[in-house]
Parts: sequence; structure tokens; C-alpha cells
Amino acid sequence: MATEHSVAAPSGDQTRIHNIGYRTYDGPRLGRAYARRSLYSQSLRGAYGLGRSVKSKVLPMLLFVVMCVPAAIMVAVAVATKAKELPLDYTRYAIVMQAVISLYVASQAPQSVSRDLRFKTVPLYFSRPIETADYVRAKFAAMASALFILTAAPLLVLYVGALLAKLDFADQTKGFAQGVVSVALLSLLFAGLGLVVAAITPRRGFGIAAVIAVLTISYGAVSTLQAIAEAQSSTGSIAWIGLFSPITLIDGVQSAFLGASSAFPGGVAPTNGEGVVYVLLTLGLIAACYGLLMRRYRKVGL
Amino acid sequence: MYDPTVARLTYRALLGRRRALILGALPLLLIVISVVVRALAGADDQTASDLLGGLALATMVPIIGVIAGTGAIGPEIDDGSVVYLLSKPVKRPTIIFTKLIVAIAVTMVFSAVPTLIAGFILNGNGQQIAVAYTVAALVASIAYAALFLLLGTVSRHAVVFGLVYALVWEALFGSLVSGARTLSVQQWSLAVAHKVAGGDLVTSDVGLTTATVLLVVVTVLATWYAGQKLRSLTLAGEE
Repeated sequence: MATEHSVAAPSGDQTRIHNIGYRTYDGPRLGRAYARRSLYSQSLRGAYGLGRSVKSKVLPMLLFVVMCVPAAIMVAVAVATKAKELPLDYTRYAIVMQAVISLYVASQAPQSVSRDLRFKTVPLYFSRPIETADYVRAKFAAMASALFILTAAPLLVLYVGALLAKLDFADQTKGFAQGVVSVALLSLLFAGLGLVVAAITPRRGFGIAAVIAVLTISYGAVSTLQAIAEAQSSTGSIAWIGLFSPITLIDGVQSAFLGASSAFPGGVAPTNGEGVVYVLLTLGLIAACYGLLMRRYRKVGL
Repeated sequence: MYDPTVARLTYRALLGRRRALILGALPLLLIVISVVVRALAGADDQTASDLLGGLALATMVPIIGVIAGTGAIGPEIDDGSVVYLLSKPVKRPTIIFTKLIVAIAVTMVFSAVPTLIAGFILNGNGQQIAVAYTVAALVASIAYAALFLLLGTVSRHAVVFGLVYALVWEALFGSLVSGARTLSVQQWSLAVAHKVAGGDLVTSDVGLTTATVLLVVVTVLATWYAGQKLRSLTLAGEE
């Protein structure tokens, strides 16, 4: 340390190198996995406004409450009227509340990725020992987890309420499990789509509108076309049209394989063959979103 | 009241780079769907009315309105570059008025024009449906642009609030609570469209007089208040 004090002042030459005590770090290095975990947990907390200002907590918390309150009301009604089953299937809940889910994705996906791009902080992340794949995976996982919390919490409320109301245990557990699988798929799909759109449009406000447009307009277009197809009594094409919007995609998957009743016009559910196409397309879309994000971040801002 | 330089800057902010392409995707989708529907179902007045009312007027016009209205001023306030504009010897109400004109123009071009085209594709303007919905889209463009421009000056989360109004209030509450329909730009513009079409296909829950008065009041008040907000604008930090 204080070596310069111990050096005796040389008589003639006054030049010398000061050692001002900089030390290299020799503690434990936490590495890639730790950085990835931190990024994941920070992004997940950020998606609900935790660790951010009060103002940015309002919207996600409000949407979370809006998502859970109808479930609580349904449980209360079921208990009060001593109903034999819940007024709404577990699998149907997310379909009915899709506007809230879309708003949540639209408000939080740009928050998660656009600000890093807009303020050019992405290179700072990549100066840490994480790589593109780590960043993308952490953000993707965080967004999907946040969505899963949003969509699975009301199902949990329904399930606990149903058990408290002494409904049939096996029946309710089966329905709950099917609902959880379906919302897990939905979370992955919506998170992927939201993040891709948000990463392409980093401008503030534009990303939100773009995500909403992708989710809502596609649903509006598909349901309009399905209604027309039903009016034309060409029921065979209804299921194929449903492939073109995210929410009808999830609806098709769960009505083909997860025992849900279809929300398509006329209650037309995809057959097993069409259901396979639905599942493949859903998984393909999730993979494509991941691939597109990887492509987007390959040389961003560097 | 109209400043060409401000207008040019706003046009560039709204339509520059690839943004015009993103804005253009929605109207293009509407036209593609109209072509598909016409090919599938043939010309049918009810179908045309459902599609134009449900997709064009209920979702497309508000979303374009949100993008154009908040996009005309929101990002500038957000990144702080609005101070360079405010420090110029241009009256603040003039800035707002100019930006409003631009936002209205963009909303009209990207929503009313495709509505007209889609209407003609769907049933060749049978029973004046295409014209009626185009008029509705034009009227709604003015009110939406003024409302969302005001939101852009008031809040940093203007887009979210605008979308909540358009999707939750007008679509969800409007279909559940009939009273909410009285306070909906969509219904006001439908009242005007009803007057144009005359038939029973285009209906509104609001009378024409009420609708016109409310439209004018909302547009003028929103513009005036946006000008007042801009006069006493304070720049906030991120979040």
C-alpha cells in the first residue's frame, strides 16, 4: 500500500511512479449463470413494477387485480348458490379475459426490452460475461413467468374456492391442471410475440400500440372471418381460420386436447388432426419468436 | 395558427423511417380481409356493415388515432427535445393546433380512406354503407386525435390510457353497460353515419344533436386544455 512513503527521496532525479493503491479484484467471480439469474429476477420484478417508481406499479398491479376479481366473484357466487360446478371453465377464463392479458403484454413487454434499446444500454449488458442467448433467454423467461403469474393466479383462486365449496375434487383438479397447461402455453406465446414486436419498435408508445395491434386486430379479423364462415355454413374452414391469431390458436389447442369447450362461433372445435396443426404452429411460433429475438440482438447497438 | 415547420417536423416524427409502413399495415390488413370476405361471402350489406363497424370503426380507427394522436407530441416530451420547440417564438396553442391538424390528417388518411376502399370492395357502396362508415371514420378521427393529443401532453403513459379507453371503455363497457355508450366517440360518429346512411344497418345509441354537440365540445375542450398544459409543461425524468 503506502509504498511511496517508504521510498527515500532520491537526491537528483525527481521522477518516480506513484503507487496509489489500485488493487485487482481477486474475490469470487459469480459468472454467467449468476448474471443471467439476476437479469431474470430483475426483469420479472420490473414486470410488476417492483423496484421501480410508484407510478409504474399502478398499471401492472391494477391489471393483476382486474384479472383476479372476477374469479373471486365467481367463487363467491358458487359458494353462495351451492352450485355443482364453477360458472366458468378453468380453460375458458383466459379467453374471456384476453383484453386484460393483451393490455398487460402491451404495457410490460416494451418496458422490458424497449428501454434498453432506446437508451442504448444493451452494449453495457453485453460487456458483462453474458451473451446474446443469455439476455434473450432471461428476458423471455421473465416475461413468460410474469404472464404465467397473471394468468395462473385467478385459476388458483378458482381452484381453492372450488375446493372450499366442496366441489368434486378429482374433477376440479383435472380442470385446474388443464387450465394451467393452457395458460403456460399462452404465456410463452404472448411473451414471445410481445417481446419480438417491442424489440423491433423501441420508440416509446409505438411498441405498446404495435403489440396491441398484433394481438387485438388479428383476433378481431379472425373472429369476423369465422363469424362469416359460420353464416355461410362452411364450418370446415372455421378451424383453419383460427390459426391466424394468437388467442384463437390457444383456444384451438385447448379445445382439441385439453378438454375445453371451444369459443369459436358455433362451438366448432378443431378435430384431432387439426389440433396437431394447432399445437405444431403454437410451438413453432414460440420457437420462431426466440429465433427472431436472437437475430435482433446479434449485433444490436455494438 | 398553423405553423408549417412544426407540421413538417411532426409529419417526419409520425411517418419517418419505417413508421409509415407499420401504420400502413393495419389498413392493408383491412383491405385484404375485405377482399377475402367478398370472395368467400359475396356482396352482402349486413356483412359489410358488420365488418366495417366491428373491425374498421371499433378497432382500427381508435388504434390509428392513438398512434397518431399521442405520437404527435408524446415522444418529444418524453426525450426532452420538446424544449427546443418550446423555446422558439411560436405560441404554444399554435404548436398544439398544428400538431392536431397533422394528427387528424394522418388518422384520416390511414383509417378513413381504407374504410372507403374496403366498403367499395365489400358491397360497392350499397345502401351508402361505405360512405356512411367513411364519414364516421372521418368524424371519429378528429375527436380521437384531439383526445389522444391531450393525453399525450398530460401523461407519460398516454398510449396505455388511450388504448384502455378505446378497448376497455368503448368495446367492453360499451357492450355491457348501455350508459357507457353515451360517452363514446365511436357512438357519436355512428350517429353521424346513421344520418348519412339513413337505413337501419348503421345505428347508434346517441341522438344526432347530442352526438354533434359532444363531438365539438370534446374536440375544442381537449385542444384548448392541451394548449394550456403545454404552456406550463414541466419535464420529468424517466419513470
